[in-house]
Amino acid sequence: MEYPSKLIEQAVEEISKLPGIGKKTALRLALYLLKESEDQTLALSHALNELRQNIRYCKYCHNISDDEICNICVSHRRDKSIICVVEDTRDVMAIENTSQYTGLYHVLGGVISPIEGVGPSDLNIDALVNRVKDSHGAVKEVIFALSSTMEGDTTTFYLTKKLKEYEVKLSTIARGIPIGGELEYADEITLGRSILSRTAYAKD
Amino acid sequence: MHIEKLSLFGFKNYEEVALTFSNEVNCLVGENGSGKTNLLDAIHYLSMTRSAFNTIDSQNVKFGEEFFSIRGDFRLSEKALPVLCSYQEGKGKTFKVNKKEYARLSEHVGKLPVVLIAPNDTDIIRDGSEARRKFFDAIISQIDAEYLDNLISYSKYLKQRNSALKRFANVGRTDYELLKIYDEHIIGLSLYINQRRSDFIIDFEKLFQNHYDKLSEGNEKVSIHYRSEASDSDFKELYNNALRKDLALERTTMGVHKDDFRFTIEGKPLKKFGSQGQQKTFLVSLKMGHFDIIRELKGFKPILLLDDIFDKLDSRRIQHLMERVVNHDFGQIFITDAREERTRTILNELKISANFYRVNRGTVIQ
Ligand SMILES: Nc1ncnc2c1ncn2[C@@H]1O[C@H](COP(=O)(O)OP(=O)(O)O)[C@@H](O)[C@H]1O
Ligand SMILES: [Mg+2]
Ligand SMILES: [Zn+2]
Repeated sequence: MEYPSKLIEQAVEEISKLPGIGKKTALRLALYLLKESEDQTLALSHALNELRQNIRYCKYCHNISDDEICNICVSHRRDKSIICVVEDTRDVMAIENTSQYTGLYHVLGGVISPIEGVGPSDLNIDALVNRVKDSHGAVKEVIFALSSTMEGDTTTFYLTKKLKEYEVKLSTIARGIPIGGELEYADEITLGRSILSRTAYAKD
Repeated sequence: MHIEKLSLFGFKNYEEVALTFSNEVNCLVGENGSGKTNLLDAIHYLSMTRSAFNTIDSQNVKFGEEFFSIRGDFRLSEKALPVLCSYQEGKGKTFKVNKKEYARLSEHVGKLPVVLIAPNDTDIIRDGSEARRKFFDAIISQIDAEYLDNLISYSKYLKQRNSALKRFANVGRTDYELLKIYDEHIIGLSLYINQRRSDFIIDFEKLFQNHYDKLSEGNEKVSIHYRSEASDSDFKELYNNALRKDLALERTTMGVHKDDFRFTIEGKPLKKFGSQGQQKTFLVSLKMGHFDIIRELKGFKPILLLDDIFDKLDSRRIQHLMERVVNHDFGQIFITDAREERTRTILNELKISANFYRVNRGTVIQ
């Protein structure tokens, strides 16, 4: 496509890199921003800058956090003997929404999928193993809440192997989850129920 | 089972077209390049959820358009079954039957089976083992949904393992624990797929040979030999022993993705020792075997799509097919031909009545 200005082209180029946004939509968004007041656009670019520069990950659970340790890990009301393992922050948000879970989390940052260039060492797996190990028995249960895809299952399996030498109960959440397996699409009631009725993982 | 109506939007060279079919013989005639095969392919899409010729969906969108939709009104044991397949750039493919979308496309395969005879079928004999695995896998998938699911799983695990092997080579460190997880699945699924393929071939070979005998007047002995490393009773050990080789070559060297179906005539490889005519007879017999096994196991007749057969087959093989048409062995049939007169003559001689459709650069006159 021919653009009337290099600046428009540049903006379209960047915006269209976002998932689910093609060139046409990117152009519409760019023109929309130009029509809006300058303050609006500056607020957006400010938010993005802040996000990028100041984002932090909780040093324990690796969830996105404003501080070194996140609100959940720091809370006295959370049950520190249970860790729920999830793919990313959206899963933490979905489970928190159910108000059914009072333990801690561990955010892996994805699932094992060498096709997409993600191996075990690219995920926060060692950190999870260390958390369990260094707790010296304080962590009593690890719940896997990964999507029920082949990659999610492989990751769960891999983690159970890594954790089996420790005195910790391993379980997976019951699969009442819609196909596609994404936790964020599961409705809150099903998700809440599946965390309560999780099944123990056989250690062999 | 048959298709009553077909409507296309933005599919290949069709902007918009709607057709009503006979539940017996339908002839699509028109110049080369006019869009006859594309119509067969649209029906193939509705059956197998993808093209028979170009499996990249985006390339089947009409040049310059952003989406295609293929709608077919089928009838399956008196019940109306509207099927809609659409593809949109950036959004992907959706597949609906009775307005209900499938969670997975594979659920549809086998519900409305088709058998396609096309000029590029010769690849099954000439190409490498992959072409034959694809041919037989497509048939088994149409009659056994569990097989298709397992086949899909197998290919996912295989791809992940191969990518893992490449990655390990790049970073210079191997995660044996991860490989073990993939191995367990690949071994288990290999044994399952191997068993299913060998059971299938026993049934299929009989049906196939029956046709070959009729076509060749019973003078030649032909066979299909299924070969698989997974048939070996030590398969698990062989697979595990290949690990070092796999790490060196950065790919999985053992498993049912290496299977072959060898075609022989008088005990010798068909590809090298079969004449042109024998190879064609072999192909037609494979396709008739496909038709028969579906009819036998599903209890109804698949739709038969015959692409340019009057060009590619000689009179004896055509006669064999047409006898079956006359005897009502087949259900609904689609025949394409660039030469309308030829098809009309053949059908007239056999007193077969048919609907004719004149195809002309993306338009069709009924
Ligand atoms: N995505 C597409 N968009 C537009 N035209 C296409 C597309 N794919 C194939 N075609 C056209 O379809 C024609 C071939 O149609 P086909 O059905 O094979 O003809 P035939 O009548 O010989 O069987 C070619 O002219 C080709 O350019
Ligand atoms: Mg053609
Ligand atoms: Zn935390």
